[in-house]
Amino acid sequence: MLGYFFKRVLHGLPVILVVATLTFLILRMVPGGPFDRDKKLPPEILANIEAKYHLDKPVLEQYLHYLGQVLQGDLGPSYKYVGRNVSDILLETFPVSLTLGLCAALVTLCLGIPAGILAAAGRDTWLDRFFIFLATLGISLPSFVIGTLLILVFSHQLHWLPPALWEGPRHVLMPAFALGAGFAGYIARLTRSTLLDVMDQDFIRTARAKGLPESTIMLKHALINAASPVVSVMGPLTAGLVVGSFVIEYLFSIPGMGNYFITAVTNRDYPLIMGVTLVYAVLIVLANIVVDLIYMKLDPRVKLLDATGSAKRT
Amino acid sequence: MSRFSMMAKISAGFLISMCLLAGFAPWVSPYSFDIQDTTRILLTPSLQHWMGTDTLGRDLFSRLLYGARVSLFIGIVTTLIALVFGTLYGAVAGYAGGRIDSFMMRVVDVVFALPDLLLIILIMVALGKGVLSIFIALTLVSWVTVARLVRGEVLKVKEYAYVTASRALGAGPARILWKEILPNLYGVLLVTLSFRIPSAILAESTLSFIGLGIAPPASSWGTLANEGWKAIKFYPHLILFPSLAIFLTILAFNFLGDGLRDFLNPRRRKAI
Repeated sequence: MLGYFFKRVLHGLPVILVVATLTFLILRMVPGGPFDRDKKLPPEILANIEAKYHLDKPVLEQYLHYLGQVLQGDLGPSYKYVGRNVSDILLETFPVSLTLGLCAALVTLCLGIPAGILAAAGRDTWLDRFFIFLATLGISLPSFVIGTLLILVFSHQLHWLPPALWEGPRHVLMPAFALGAGFAGYIARLTRSTLLDVMDQDFIRTARAKGLPESTIMLKHALINAASPVVSVMGPLTAGLVVGSFVIEYLFSIPGMGNYFITAVTNRDYPLIMGVTLVYAVLIVLANIVVDLIYMKLDPRVKLLDATGSAKRT
Repeated sequence: MSRFSMMAKISAGFLISMCLLAGFAPWVSPYSFDIQDTTRILLTPSLQHWMGTDTLGRDLFSRLLYGARVSLFIGIVTTLIALVFGTLYGAVAGYAGGRIDSFMMRVVDVVFALPDLLLIILIMVALGKGVLSIFIALTLVSWVTVARLVRGEVLKVKEYAYVTASRALGAGPARILWKEILPNLYGVLLVTLSFRIPSAILAESTLSFIGLGIAPPASSWGTLANEGWKAIKFYPHLILFPSLAIFLTILAFNFLGDGLRDFLNPRRRKAI
């Protein structure tokens, strides 16, 4: 198990390297530098700035220099937040985004899985149709629309919850729901369809023949067998939550990584863009590994056949 | 129950009328989308202005119709291009197999490793804001999903006996792919199309909403929502109507996709 884990980490490294290289190249291809202003800087000042950030060297040299830095855990200085290191900014903002992501994941699972179970239990009845309809609504609502509606109702009309910032548990509720609700729709539909597949199998018929109550069959026999496909989408789900946080953090003015990323893109703060992208890549690679490990635990038939293949995104 | 569900029919009707309204926007919209009337700013919905007016006195309903042109065009056309390219790529990889296949799929895996939205933003950084950039970025990102899917199907179909028979009769790879294998995929591709278009519309509107997508003066539903967001506290209609347009369109595509899948695959139960 541990060996497998390290092997997977080793296989994940090239992915991260490719991501780093591509991002680096994309950012260096951009016409216009980060220090272009409406008012042109005097050439000697520009030259000094470029020398400070090593922008006057050939691209290959810049690239190698950057990689060397990254290996030492230094993501370079931010272009816009003068005097601050990208690593410091990320250390400060990452916990915020992580909290938001975990809470949203909780919302997703707590809404999605029960809804899927209920829909499957009431197969082809109004209950089923109701939950499927609800799930489709969730999938179709962009997170910023859910967030907007929440803010309108709970902040502006009812004055129950704060519409922005990040200062305590009350500030977490709406963003986490807005981020998690859409994915809950996917999880609900997936849980339902895998449960229905499992319910058609022979061992379920045996359980019924033994006279077990339907709820026991559903919760004890079927659910554990239906868990694997749901677990396997947790990798893509992590990716979705990570990226979804751009929008939600922007909407709720949360000082997280996503919000900084958007500002960095607008400001062309390349080191910060690179840093955030790298963190995301690492996070997604790790999430896929963890998901695969859980997957193996749940379903012993899955052997370590596919050492390179991470849990595939759908 | 292999009939086309009611929901899917309604959705198809909705989407067709939406496309027609967008297409004929100059003729059907009650006002011009860029006429500013400073005497009538920030009006709430009324008989003259069905959805009210914005901060510059422009009629929101007319702007929404013009925004539909951008949103729908980007969603539909990028998906179509991605579909054609992804199908070709996936079919060649799947049919060729062996080293060519694993090399071709390695490229796909790299694009796949990062979430779509992040990649789109990175590409947009390089290309700059605007309709064309978001068009290119979306296309570059979404073909890989199609390529994976088609490759998987081709791997399965190419082992069928009738394909072997065709090969035994002397058909070349191009003919086999085009005449024998691809017709099997039309159903899958149609369903994919109706699920990929709403994701593209969603991606575009999300980007425009956070201000990284389409730049003014061009406007899509996402940019309208972004403008509405700034006035949410006192004039919520400015964000509600564009959001509703985005939501209903995505919902209709999803219902249509569900309906198509059940219709084309009556035996398979509703999958995800």
